Amino acid sequence: MLEDIFKVVKTRFNGKEAEQDVVSDTTIPENIMFKCPRCRTAMFEDDYIRNNKVCTSCNYHGRLSARERIRITADKGSFKEFDRDMISKNPIEFPGYEKKQEALREQTGINDAVITGECRIRKIRVVIAVMDASFMMASMGSVVGEKITRAIEYATENKIPFIAFTASGGARMQEGMVSLMQMAKTSGAVARHSEAGQLYITVLTDPTTGGVTASFASLGDIIIAEPKVLVGFAGRRVIEGTIKQRLPDDFQLAEFQLEKGFVDMIAERKKMRSVLSHLMILHNYRPEEN
Amino acid sequence: MNECVNTLTPWERLQLIRHKEHPTINDYIPYLFDEFYELHGDRCYGDDSAMLCGLAMLEGRPVTVISHVKGRNLNENKKVNFAMPHPEGYRKSLRLARQAEKFHRPVVCFIDTPGAFCGVEAEERGQGEAIAKNICEFMKLETPVISVVLGEGGSGGALALGVCDELAMLSNSLYSVISPRGFASILWKDASREKDACNMMKITAEDMVRLGIAEHIIDEPIGGAHVDLCKTAENIKEYLLGVIAEKSQKSIDVLLNERYTKFRKIGEFEIRQKEELLDSK
Ligand SMILES: [Zn+2]
Repeated sequence: MLEDIFKVVKTRFNGKEAEQDVVSDTTIPENIMFKCPRCRTAMFEDDYIRNNKVCTSCNYHGRLSARERIRITADKGSFKEFDRDMISKNPIEFPGYEKKQEALREQTGINDAVITGECRIRKIRVVIAVMDASFMMASMGSVVGEKITRAIEYATENKIPFIAFTASGGARMQEGMVSLMQMAKTSGAVARHSEAGQLYITVLTDPTTGGVTASFASLGDIIIAEPKVLVGFAGRRVIEGTIKQRLPDDFQLAEFQLEKGFVDMIAERKKMRSVLSHLMILHNYRPEEN
Repeated sequence: MNECVNTLTPWERLQLIRHKEHPTINDYIPYLFDEFYELHGDRCYGDDSAMLCGLAMLEGRPVTVISHVKGRNLNENKKVNFAMPHPEGYRKSLRLARQAEKFHRPVVCFIDTPGAFCGVEAEERGQGEAIAKNICEFMKLETPVISVVLGEGGSGGALALGVCDELAMLSNSLYSVISPRGFASILWKDASREKDACNMMKITAEDMVRLGIAEHIIDEPIGGAHVDLCKTAENIKEYLLGVIAEKSQKSIDVLLNERYTKFRKIGEFEIRQKEELLDSK
């Protein structure tokens, strides 16, 4: 496993010792540059990755793959994946949909745009769903909807919290109306988890838009966003087309949503494990000793 | 029930929906209900004219009506923002759905929108949150909810009124994840292929029944709803009376379980055999 060669960084959390991996330790050839989409500063890809894919200049929190996110979120070795082998059919027989998915599976190493499973975060048992924008912009179709719904139902049955790391371009249009209905399905599961008195935290990551914003991403008891990530319902270009003018750079960023009252807090990636575990403890979930 | 097979193509049905005589909720209300009192406002920001809410008497039974509102001409459409609600529209609908729950009234939703409005103010006031809250709260609303698609149902802005115990479609109505034009423009980068998109997206009443999204098709007269408004309204009313009587007899627990299951089972996926799996290491 690649995991074995990842660096383990010792970080201090309120006096307690905790282990946290960096997102990646693959060797990057020199001179490959990353250009920040927010401040347009160019930096070495190597430095960007070593900084957990956070812009060293403006603190924009860049996109992580689902596996990278799990690596920096779950206690080492604690993640147990659900429904790894689930793949989508082609409900409206959209030409080329199977082929496109097959190619993306090969390219990304994941079967669809979300990874779900159970893990521990600083020894607290939790179910997580992590979306991956590298797979069809993490649009929500049958597999995303079903895996998230199953994960929430599992959390409800086992009386444990659920954390969704959201990212999405919206509904998976290639699946037609079946994709739209996943908004209702996932929201229904959230409603039941909530009625069972369990905690649901959403962590909005770059970018969270469309049907995911208009369903489970906006339904957390606590909504956290990473700095400078894009969060909105309608696409920026759609709105610009309607109003026939350019929107300001900070429109629909996490900070905009905080100001408008739609997120509870903005938390930095390096503090996320600490924030999540403390929020769970404040809801009476306890660390378990193995 | 569906007496004759609808032979119109999806594209032809879209033309009917766009016909300037196509009836809107305001045309149907006098035929469907003995009384109607419109109720305004979300008690938070304002009143959204794209969303019509009110109290109505349906053959002696009080119901709460929630509907998208289309206009019949450009002037009317400007007043109702072309049936594209802002967040306050969805918050008004949720306020009145909760009121219906309090007074044990069934809720009847009419869907007729190209989608939720996409604009700066809609974003500032939380369009996504407003729709999400509607979907989530309707899922647990402790009173029967029936939804009827009158013309076009477009994306999340339509689904916000579509979380229900039973969904019926007028026989020429369409329900889609995005407008055919948007579909063509995003997936094929060519909005002029709107007609191709419309015909392949599987958005008709029959498609919705096949996909398990709708349970019932309400007949329109040959030539479309506008040809005989009175007859179309009669068919809608007959359907509502039957389905409300049926759903009202169920206990709330049964009703909510069935509502959850209705949506829970929608999705088309498979579990791929292990040996076919890609090695992700
Ligand atoms: Zn930057």
